Amino acid sequence: MMNNHNMRLSRKYRFLFAPLVIILSVIAAHAQESPYIVTYDHYLEEPGNLEVEYFSTFGTQRAGNDFHAFWSEFEYGATAWWTTEFYLDGQSTFNESTLFTGFRWENRFRLLQREHFINPVLYIEYEQTSGADKILKEVEGHDVESDYATPNSISRREHDHEMEFKLLLSRNFHGWNFAENTLAAKNLTGGNPWEFGYAVGASRPLALKASAQQCNFCSENFITGVEMYGGLGDRNTFRLRDTSHYLAPVLAWNLPNDWTIRLSPGFGLNDNSHQFLLRWGLSREFSSFGEAISRLLGGRQ
Amino acid sequence: MNAKTLSIIACMSIAILLSAESVLAKRHKPSPDSESVYAALAKVPAKDSARSNPLERDPEAIPAGNKLFHMHCAECHGEMAEGGRKAPSLLVGEVQKSTPGTLFWLLTNGVVRRGMPVWSKLPESQRWQLVRYLRSLSGPPEPMPNQVHTRQ
Repeated sequence: MMNNHNMRLSRKYRFLFAPLVIILSVIAAHAQESPYIVTYDHYLEEPGNLEVEYFSTFGTQRAGNDFHAFWSEFEYGATAWWTTEFYLDGQSTFNESTLFTGFRWENRFRLLQREHFINPVLYIEYEQTSGADKILKEVEGHDVESDYATPNSISRREHDHEMEFKLLLSRNFHGWNFAENTLAAKNLTGGNPWEFGYAVGASRPLALKASAQQCNFCSENFITGVEMYGGLGDRNTFRLRDTSHYLAPVLAWNLPNDWTIRLSPGFGLNDNSHQFLLRWGLSREFSSFGEAISRLLGGRQ
Repeated sequence: MNAKTLSIIACMSIAILLSAESVLAKRHKPSPDSESVYAALAKVPAKDSARSNPLERDPEAIPAGNKLFHMHCAECHGEMAEGGRKAPSLLVGEVQKSTPGTLFWLLTNGVVRRGMPVWSKLPESQRWQLVRYLRSLSGPPEPMPNQVHTRQ
């Protein structure tokens, strides 16, 4: 009787401590992360590595309450040509409420094995979010600021199931990275048309050569750039009218102790856009996460 | 949900399942498949292979390459580049006898099918610094002012 009880306890503790064991057994990996928050370049997560990220977006809202939207991101390098990511979204609208607003599952596939003049990556995402989602991870179709003024108590009742496809094009040239993303999204609920959007970005490290010493503030640890993103209407009305667009300087600080900090103030470019978005993010990369999971599940050593 | 939507979801599911299946199938093979990774060195175009290292005389290149190696490469190739379960040794003749241009090309393009990612996200100068460090790992040290001990 006592033995059974002990066995049950040990099984319970095994599952309780499993996440701790995994975290302790993986090694932090130094990241060389791009500074973009909306735009994607063609680089995928290294195979077996897990990157855990937290992002925040503070947004001003005319005819409504300002908001703070946030998401957690778990990015795993399944292979050198496939990265899969899981997101959990939430938001707080000031003077209203704080909500969990849904999840996203994203996959990126490198289409060509080697580096080329332009490097294409295919992006496929499924998202299940409520109408209260405000992370603005991408801007598509006729998304405009007034959509976000609806109080949480009403917008949370709307449920979206959306498929999103992107073609990510990117290249490096003399230390600069140039990236262009074209987006097509389809809300699977109701008879909504395909919606389109874009994101473009350029970035460069402050120094191209690495210094010989370990340092936090070396110029090569900082990557700066700018990104621009917005909607392009939908299948019936493919145009710029009634769409929103943003321009955002971006900065990433890749710390030698495996953390990356990103900061990006964004500015609305027309009357349909939020006037100001302030985004920041914190991420840490862990290597050998896949191996740690495999060991925990009794896989080969 | 209409038929078109369902077919999109079905296609996506099949693509993901096929990818997952191919990944799992690869994981059951003995790895790393060192020989085929080294074989990639022989496939480097002659023009790229002939490139010389612009940092060949930079005294900072080896220590900086050492730092970069331990930041980005050691987790797979081992602290001393001796190789690990995920990636082969870089101390073997195939690598050490390769030209700087060959190593630079391989770093830039990776061997994606064999799990070696592309490292073109590191600026070109940093890749050349890594090449200097890799080539300093065997044989007589390259003559340079203020000789720095790079092997730990």
